[in-house]
Amino acid sequence: MKIVSLIRIAFKAILRNKLRALLTMLGIIIGVASVITMMSIGEGSKQSIQSSLSDMGSNMITVMPSSNIPGGVQVQGSAMQTLKEEDVKAIMKGATHINGLSPGVSTSGQAIKGALNWPSNMQGVGTDYLAIRKLNVKEGIAFSETDVATAAKVCLVGKTVVNNLFATNENPIGQIIRFNNIPLQVIGVLSEKGQSSFGQDQDDIILAPYTTVQKRIMATTYLQSIYASARSEAESDAATEEITQILRERHKLRVDEKDDFAVRTQAELIKTLSATSGVLTILLTVIASISLLIGGIGIMNIMYVSVTERTKEIGLRMAIGAKGGDILLQFLIEAVMLSVTGGLIGVVIGVSLSLLIPLLLSWPAVISSSSIILSFLVCAATGVFFGYYPARNASGLDPIEALRYE
Amino acid sequence: MSQIILQVADLKREFVMGTEIVRALKGVSFDVMQGEFVTIMGSSGSGKTTMLNILGCLDKPTGGSYHLDGVDIRSLDRDELAGLRNTKIGFVFQSYNLLPRTSALENVELPLLYNPKINARESRERAMHALEMVKLADRRDHTPSQLSGGQQQRVAIARALVNEPVMILADEATGNLDTRTSFEIMSLMQELNTVQGKTIVFVTHEPDIAAFSSRTITLRDGRLQKDSVTNNMRIASVALANMPQTEDY
Repeated sequence: MKIVSLIRIAFKAILRNKLRALLTMLGIIIGVASVITMMSIGEGSKQSIQSSLSDMGSNMITVMPSSNIPGGVQVQGSAMQTLKEEDVKAIMKGATHINGLSPGVSTSGQAIKGALNWPSNMQGVGTDYLAIRKLNVKEGIAFSETDVATAAKVCLVGKTVVNNLFATNENPIGQIIRFNNIPLQVIGVLSEKGQSSFGQDQDDIILAPYTTVQKRIMATTYLQSIYASARSEAESDAATEEITQILRERHKLRVDEKDDFAVRTQAELIKTLSATSGVLTILLTVIASISLLIGGIGIMNIMYVSVTERTKEIGLRMAIGAKGGDILLQFLIEAVMLSVTGGLIGVVIGVSLSLLIPLLLSWPAVISSSSIILSFLVCAATGVFFGYYPARNASGLDPIEALRYE
Repeated sequence: MSQIILQVADLKREFVMGTEIVRALKGVSFDVMQGEFVTIMGSSGSGKTTMLNILGCLDKPTGGSYHLDGVDIRSLDRDELAGLRNTKIGFVFQSYNLLPRTSALENVELPLLYNPKINARESRERAMHALEMVKLADRRDHTPSQLSGGQQQRVAIARALVNEPVMILADEATGNLDTRTSFEIMSLMQELNTVQGKTIVFVTHEPDIAAFSSRTITLRDGRLQKDSVTNNMRIASVALANMPQTEDY
């Protein structure tokens, strides 16, 4: 028996009952479409997290103080005084895997300009900070090493701060604002960065030389953090190792003592968040796969009905020369045809949904070819698996009984 | 000179029903030559249906032997029997057994789909030729529901002819038809037998129909009761012409 004629027979049998074929396929269609859509949403959110973190500087390394003494009163990291300017100098001298280094202090307070005021966050940083965080100065200039050395009363402001402190057409460059009563001259405005993936407004920021913040605003000598950037993402682990060694030496920690600081890389954060969204994707996909499974059971159900309904036809086919294997293949092909056709329709719907969702709901969705191939293969396999038993039942019929079946 | 097509020797068929053994055939012997038109008659319970199943290679005997065109049936397995049915036997059933919602041509083509030696084009040509033989070429695209009972049975006969079998095996082929249409079918059968030289085995319980064949084998209680040559065989086309026209109202 030629496979081509079998396919023709199966195709005709399906066409004889179009509505039923469509209803049978519906389960598979919904299953495949939802698997593809869910995987697209999952992949999309993963990529959007990654890209927004990379925007913040994917090579960025952050050093924060942390407690290494068990028991006693635990102090918040930012209130600890273990990181010093000398640490920065030591890292600058010793580290080979980094290409940018900046001390960091921060405090919140009220910025005032004329009659307007705005609660904001003041970051005291070095000149490398802009490069490390991938920030740009849109108007004006960045502060210089001289400004840092002299603790100059200058600052850079973000878009949100400009909007709240200045009138619409007012040029902020050269104007004086007061932060916690210290007057600072605005020398530049930062390019907009929008919201971070955590929903934080990245434009609500005032940057000043760290010396200015330390000496004039906070009156402290310690640092709250040290920012560095590795030469490349690949070197970020080596850079982390290096910084850890330098700081342990500087802080005179014994081998058995824990670090009194914590070094974090952006890559780690990306990994953690990607893993979270990966788990979510898996969860969504599993739920979608269940509907695919139910679609398969629907096919099996209809194939059983079809075999019973067509017992006489099977008897006739056997009487005129169909072998058991021919009947088995015919029904198997019918089942696979239903599932594959359903799968194809499902792929089309799934892809369309994945393209529509970003437009309608502005959720990120990225169609991955692996999700299409995977769900399609699964549904073809479903057809074979769930079509086999009804088909075997059909092929095992006794032609005499099948012919007399009413 | 003519060849033996069917050779049945001491044929037995027993069924086990629970603890009882039912002997449907208790040793039947006869030969059928090529070109014969044989009717197998018998009342209900005579073993007629069992005989038909065995002759049609749908069932195997439990004793004795059956050779179809020189092939010993008892030595074949399920698939080999299917192949034999495909190439050597043309079935015609009482209830036509055409595939619903399928055109006459495709119904006739069906046995050829299971014959690996025949390609799609040849199969279409042969199906067309078979439909011409039963004078239904103009109805080739009609589905069974668009055809009368007699026409459906003629499509079924075309299906039986299409693989050029050595024997046409008809099972109460006129059972669902009125007298006039039965005569039409018998006329076609006789034509196939005399003009084409087809061997026909016709199973029926109607003596009227048996009168159209050249030989009648009567079964009774699983044994051969009578094997007789019909002396004055009726010609179906003549009988048809003599029927009163008033029946066509």
